[in-house]
Amino acid sequence: MGLPKLKADTTTARLAGLALPQGAPWANTARNAALLRTTAMGLPGKRDEYWRYTDPATLNAGDAPKAAVFVSDERPPFDGIDRLKVVFVDGVFDAAASDPMALTGIEITRLSDAMAQPGHWAANLYGVLEAKGQSPVDRPLAAFNTAFASDGVVIRATGKPDRPVSLIYLHRDENSDAVLHHVIRVETGADLTVVENGPGAARLSKVMEVEIADGGAFHHVRTQGRAHERRAMTAVFARLGAGASFKSFTLTMNGALTRNETVIWLEGDNGIAHIAGACVGDGAFHHDDTVFITHDAVGCESRQVFKKVLRNGATGVFQGKILVKPGAQKTDGYQISQSLLLDDDSQFLAKPELEIYADDVVCSHGSTSGAIDETAMFYLQSRGVSKREATNLLTLAFLAEALLEIEDTRLAADLSDRLDAWLARRR
Amino acid sequence: MLEIKNLHAELEEGGKNILKGVDLSIGAGQVHAIMGPNGSGKSTLSYVLSGRGGYTVTQGSAALEGVDLLALEPEERAAAGLFLAFQYPVEIPGVGNMTFLRTAVNAQRKSRDEPEMSAGEFLKVVRDKAKTLKIDADMLKRPVNVGFSGGEKKRNEILQMAMLEPKMCILDETDSGLDVDAMKLVAEGVNALRSAGRSFLVITHYQRLLDHIQPDVVHIMANGRIVKTGGPELALDVENNGYADILAEVG
Repeated sequence: MGLPKLKADTTTARLAGLALPQGAPWANTARNAALLRTTAMGLPGKRDEYWRYTDPATLNAGDAPKAAVFVSDERPPFDGIDRLKVVFVDGVFDAAASDPMALTGIEITRLSDAMAQPGHWAANLYGVLEAKGQSPVDRPLAAFNTAFASDGVVIRATGKPDRPVSLIYLHRDENSDAVLHHVIRVETGADLTVVENGPGAARLSKVMEVEIADGGAFHHVRTQGRAHERRAMTAVFARLGAGASFKSFTLTMNGALTRNETVIWLEGDNGIAHIAGACVGDGAFHHDDTVFITHDAVGCESRQVFKKVLRNGATGVFQGKILVKPGAQKTDGYQISQSLLLDDDSQFLAKPELEIYADDVVCSHGSTSGAIDETAMFYLQSRGVSKREATNLLTLAFLAEALLEIEDTRLAADLSDRLDAWLARRR
Repeated sequence: MLEIKNLHAELEEGGKNILKGVDLSIGAGQVHAIMGPNGSGKSTLSYVLSGRGGYTVTQGSAALEGVDLLALEPEERAAAGLFLAFQYPVEIPGVGNMTFLRTAVNAQRKSRDEPEMSAGEFLKVVRDKAKTLKIDADMLKRPVNVGFSGGEKKRNEILQMAMLEPKMCILDETDSGLDVDAMKLVAEGVNALRSAGRSFLVITHYQRLLDHIQPDVVHIMANGRIVKTGGPELALDVENNGYADILAEVG
């Protein structure tokens, strides 16, 4: 059965004139397979259930919609925190701006270098988790990314490096269209932290595939840049072994369109996956968190905490699913998505889902949407705090539960300061 | 200090009259108590004075040292020197008690064009005052009133009062939900703040609190008005005989 005409046309238009980057045979095979997946599924459309709340048109378009470069006088994120910096400018690795690619406890290679090497270990992972993530839900934009990714890093953690790997995505060209793909393997007992920041491009497509072996730990903290007009589609695919842990936090401030997908498989007993996000949107802002967590082992814990503050017509979306497979007993699943609407123009669309096929399971989910608590507001005002300052304080308090998910206190403090500043700029 | 004249107020929703002509004059350094049966309008009076939403003033005036309170936002009333100790202190998850106190103190200083207190200075002052109210470091760190016992909440109100140093303090049923020891502690906190330049309006159901906070004047409120005014002996009279006799007497 062929694709609906609109979908087929959109896909054809997007692929027109694009050529797959060439590398070692395994890499070419992986890219070809991803291209086939993309054409078989077709790019997403507004009628797709999975894109019901977010219009993918600008993500599908042949050219990236123009996005003004945002100039900020703010201290760059994570500044002053010791880290291994890897810089991409409009989706292209910038060796001069980056630190030497060496850090005790990890091997780190530029994606194109790894993909040029026959028999590179990344062959077992590149596109593999993305392909696995195509069921039960199509993720064609992620498949497109695997096919056409032009840059990225490949990291293998074997120990516990003393500082995070910091991926910095700078945006300098208002027409840039970047496709980045990272492959990360955390070996048994290793512990890696990756931080990411920056808008990356006018339009950024980014996929991260993370394999965490038994007892490995992966920490991920990112902030997506303050550029107002940027667009981004990101997907994180992570597979966890026994006793492994995956903890991810994302702060999003501004951006015309952001779709962050997170797909997790808990495949070894007693694994832990925590995904959290805080976003603040003002005006032309559409932010979509789409999460799919599969419990496929005994005694695993998953936790989703998403908080959104919206005003001036901003839109927030949350689609979160917990799937507990038969036999995944003693599963502990928690999911909360909440929005604070600072006016009547903004909206929050939430679709929490639980699908459970095991009988000894604790799963809870909650989703709320509301305004500032008037009682708390009056309490603060009665102590002399202005309405504006009280609003900011209560907004930060609302976001606090998500920020608490960041374990590294320095990273948490950095992002918390950024939120403070964002609020202080609002009138 | 506080001059209330013929104050009328109704509920914004439904328009039910609650205050029906309150007259009250509190001099500097005085402690006045308001007693009265349930539904007499005592708490409403405290809300209307502090500017809580949901009420409409239809007549009358309220001035603090000549400043028209009713024209001000709640935070401006606070800056003018008004403080309300809540009957039900509000829990604010996510906001640390210390942050709350410091934000409040500095907001008021700012409104008076005074420099903000430094973190070090603030910490010293707050620890000092907290100690006398038996508020431990943990209570200062926790989110505002979250998980506090009834007594802890009320002590926290008095701590805020001590930090903000208002001129006119309204205590709305501060004794409710307190055991004898907690009430004593709160009363001691209040008494320590009594001074020639600071006045108090103590709203209570029971005479018991007034054993610990000695009032200069006692008012009885009923049906939205002050119906009788006297000395401390009036509170004892209520304690012994209830409100029925007084209400019958004033018609």
